[in-house]
Amino acid sequence: MEQQALLPHLFRTEYRKIVSVLCSLFGLEHIAIAEDLVSDTFLTAAELWAIHGIPDKPQAWLYVVAKNKARNYLKRNALFKQKITGDLLYLAGASEEMDIDFSEKNIQDSQLAMMFTISDPCIPTEAQVALALNLLCGFGVQELADAFLTSKEAIYKRLSRAKKKLRAAPIKIEQPGAADIRNRIGSVLTTVYLLFNEGYYSVSQDLPLRKEFCAEAMRLTQLLIENESTDMPAVNALQALMCFHASRFDARTNDRGELVLYQDQDSSLWNRELIQQGVYFLNRSSVGTQVSRYHLEAGIAYWHTHQEDSPEKWENILQGYNQLLQIAYSPIAALNRTFALAKTAGNATAIIEAEKLQLTGNHFYYSLLGYLYEEIDPAKALLHYQNALRLAASPTDKAIVTKRIRQLSG
Amino acid sequence: MTEFLLVFRRDHSSNPEQPSPEQMQTSIKAWQDWIGGIAAQDKLARPVQRWSSEAKVVRTNDIVTDGPYAEIKESIGGLIFVKASDFDEAVTIAKGCPILQWGGNVEVRMAVSPDGQ
Repeated sequence: MEQQALLPHLFRTEYRKIVSVLCSLFGLEHIAIAEDLVSDTFLTAAELWAIHGIPDKPQAWLYVVAKNKARNYLKRNALFKQKITGDLLYLAGASEEMDIDFSEKNIQDSQLAMMFTISDPCIPTEAQVALALNLLCGFGVQELADAFLTSKEAIYKRLSRAKKKLRAAPIKIEQPGAADIRNRIGSVLTTVYLLFNEGYYSVSQDLPLRKEFCAEAMRLTQLLIENESTDMPAVNALQALMCFHASRFDARTNDRGELVLYQDQDSSLWNRELIQQGVYFLNRSSVGTQVSRYHLEAGIAYWHTHQEDSPEKWENILQGYNQLLQIAYSPIAALNRTFALAKTAGNATAIIEAEKLQLTGNHFYYSLLGYLYEEIDPAKALLHYQNALRLAASPTDKAIVTKRIRQLSG
Repeated sequence: MTEFLLVFRRDHSSNPEQPSPEQMQTSIKAWQDWIGGIAAQDKLARPVQRWSSEAKVVRTNDIVTDGPYAEIKESIGGLIFVKASDFDEAVTIAKGCPILQWGGNVEVRMAVSPDGQ
């Protein structure tokens, strides 16, 4: 990988690891110091690698530099050292030279602890998500603003408020106990799923990076599954869901980078291995009595791995959406549910249900109506597609609608 | 949006025999599709709770009887809470209820806000 591509890549994968380890070591009240040290590490990397080239082991290089910077900081800042000496000495086994542990195990433990600390109930859910994406995933403010469809200023405010709360809160970064896990696993999973979706649905054309987001979300979930106390049904269901979605990653875009709709995908490009893994996690999730939104979404995604249409497939998808909408409404689920209804009960029935949705600000709503009317009333279908085109924002969405309009008019 | 209570009542005395598994399956699908349709409009006000048909009726003088009840023709099959802009809309939603196909009825009630309006 070229340096220009490597450094952002490493920033994405290593920033949060180093921040987690340092935060676990320094405590929550010193998040800013940890962040500054890690940012400074990457700045040094950018400067030195430009001159000397990329080191043999860039990852290890970053750990060593971060370690040195942390030690130097402690030496220079007697006051800070004094404040945290008690804890640090305890952690460092009272040795003078503090050991900063960047082993795989400690990175994993620190990240798990951070995941749950950030999800503490004293932090508003929205802020938890932003905080986790920022600290645990190394997302920049601009990316967060895009992901949350809000301004950079709003994200800045949200993050600084959340960090203030974290600093002031009487909580410690530590391995979560059973009660913490019960209370916070939901928001931990929300965060992970958001990270996955950022990769899966992002408008960015940077496919390798997007794939990496998805892989990172699955890795974080794997972290939870490998830890006995967080190996819960909903966690496995989320992993199954992400495996099924990710299996179609390569089939979703053509050579020109354009989106290929599900029904047009070449299913030989679907990743069978990921589908099998998905089935494995789906089976592991089928214990207990709680049905989470992830169970339902994984079930829906499972049926999508069968490309051939069958009454059984679409009936299962419809019932999945019927249940999902009851516990987690979203406009896109409402539209997908109506599509499944069309597949099971016919377009005429689905049109009646579709028109009740009144999602008049959503271009997918008009695309769905256009699709449903194609045979029944082509003139009406055209009007709906034109509305969809008017509302569509991304070039990809516009291209898909334009194609339909051309086929209908031609 | 105001919250409305939809109570489904069914005349259990007129169709006493047990439904076949196929009928049960059709019935479950009809309910799921109806409730799914309400949820798709984001008009479900509270999570749906299913209720068992087993019942007891408590009366004055410490009288407790088991259902089904000889003296009451109808019993509650279930209830859901929906969001609607007015009574008309709530009634329109109720008109889709599968219980109507089996001779039951739906009672629609509007929530009273804390200030009594």
